[in-house]
Amino acid sequence: MAAHQVQTPLPGVFYRRPAPDQPEYAAPGDSVTSDQTIGLVEVMKQFAEIKAGVNGTITSFEVDNEGVIGPGDVVAVIETGA
Amino acid sequence: MAIEVIEPGLATSIQDEGRPGYYNVGVPPSGALDLYSAAAANALVGNAPSAAVIESAYMGPKLRFTEPAVIAVTGADIPVLVNGQSAPRWESLDLNAGDELSFEILAGGARIYIAVAGGIDVPLVLGSRSLYALGAFGGFQGRALQTGDVLPVGAGSGRPGLSVPEALRPEFPKELDVRIVLGLYDYRLTDEGMSALVDRPWQLSPVADRIGFRYAGNALQWKEREQPFGAGSDPSNITDAGYPVGSIQVPGGIEPIILHRDAVSGGGYAQVGTVISADMDVVAQSAPGTLAHFVPVTLEEALEARAAAKARRAEMIAALS
Repeated sequence: MAAHQVQTPLPGVFYRRPAPDQPEYAAPGDSVTSDQTIGLVEVMKQFAEIKAGVNGTITSFEVDNEGVIGPGDVVAVIETGA
Repeated sequence: MAIEVIEPGLATSIQDEGRPGYYNVGVPPSGALDLYSAAAANALVGNAPSAAVIESAYMGPKLRFTEPAVIAVTGADIPVLVNGQSAPRWESLDLNAGDELSFEILAGGARIYIAVAGGIDVPLVLGSRSLYALGAFGGFQGRALQTGDVLPVGAGSGRPGLSVPEALRPEFPKELDVRIVLGLYDYRLTDEGMSALVDRPWQLSPVADRIGFRYAGNALQWKEREQPFGAGSDPSNITDAGYPVGSIQVPGGIEPIILHRDAVSGGGYAQVGTVISADMDVVAQSAPGTLAHFVPVTLEEALEARAAAKARRAEMIAALS
């Protein structure tokens, strides 16, 4: 088992849902694939998707919804099982 | 010679020294937000200061060079990779045909400049190659770069191994002073409002782009008055006036916005001050979360700072020629 830390390359505001009235992209315990979106970063009036980056199971989110993040911050941890 | 865009990065555009002279008809100057870093990138690769460079915000692009090239990366503190291997910033680099330039995660600052010997050879629009995204003209096809774009490069003759001396490279602190000249509408603030503007720090929000940089922190108090004809009802509203680049407007009195080089030319918000030209590069390199102290200076001090900034730029260019 290995823990993969999902880092944001961008500063901004972190969102766990695609829109306020939509369900969360993913929650702890969910299985995700490498190219799956797990959150959004809003910066400069644009939204950038954050991908899982690995196949595995989300163990935690390290940033709250609407939390302010900086480049390199870990937003989630994924157990890869590898 | 061309550059292929494999990944565009964020809001990556072609910029030069800008398009002055048309603000009266609503066309902003545009151009590199951090003009010093852009000038350094050009000087490193042997370009004239007017050559066009690539500007990215926070996240660099991934680029492939079709032929041998001399390039330089300046601006924000971000690790540079050539074919996956670490490469220096603020130095001219020799690339081979097929080499790929990419970036890791930003460590400080906000805007990255990439120059290539010969310059990015997009068409001149009103005398400049700079993108004005809101106007959808200039730059590469009037828009930010996209995957698959192929950027034309002019003829150049740079040489590798040049380096900007450490003392002439900017720093990117998380807390800094931004010098302003008060006016034209600072008289509309109460004493408490003026104190909130200049005595306490403001934090840069994620709403910061080539148009404006929005800060949060304090509320500004305005003097009571009956709003004049043509002005909106909020005390931060005025009868429409021209906006200088660098002017600070405070919509609703809560979040000051510093207008930068793609800003609109006028409107109905009171401008409480204007950032001096010598500090616009510092604003450009502020990342969200940066704390700014607005420090009032006189016009004479602003002009001295402008002369000092020009001298530093001349020293940097001389060091590379």
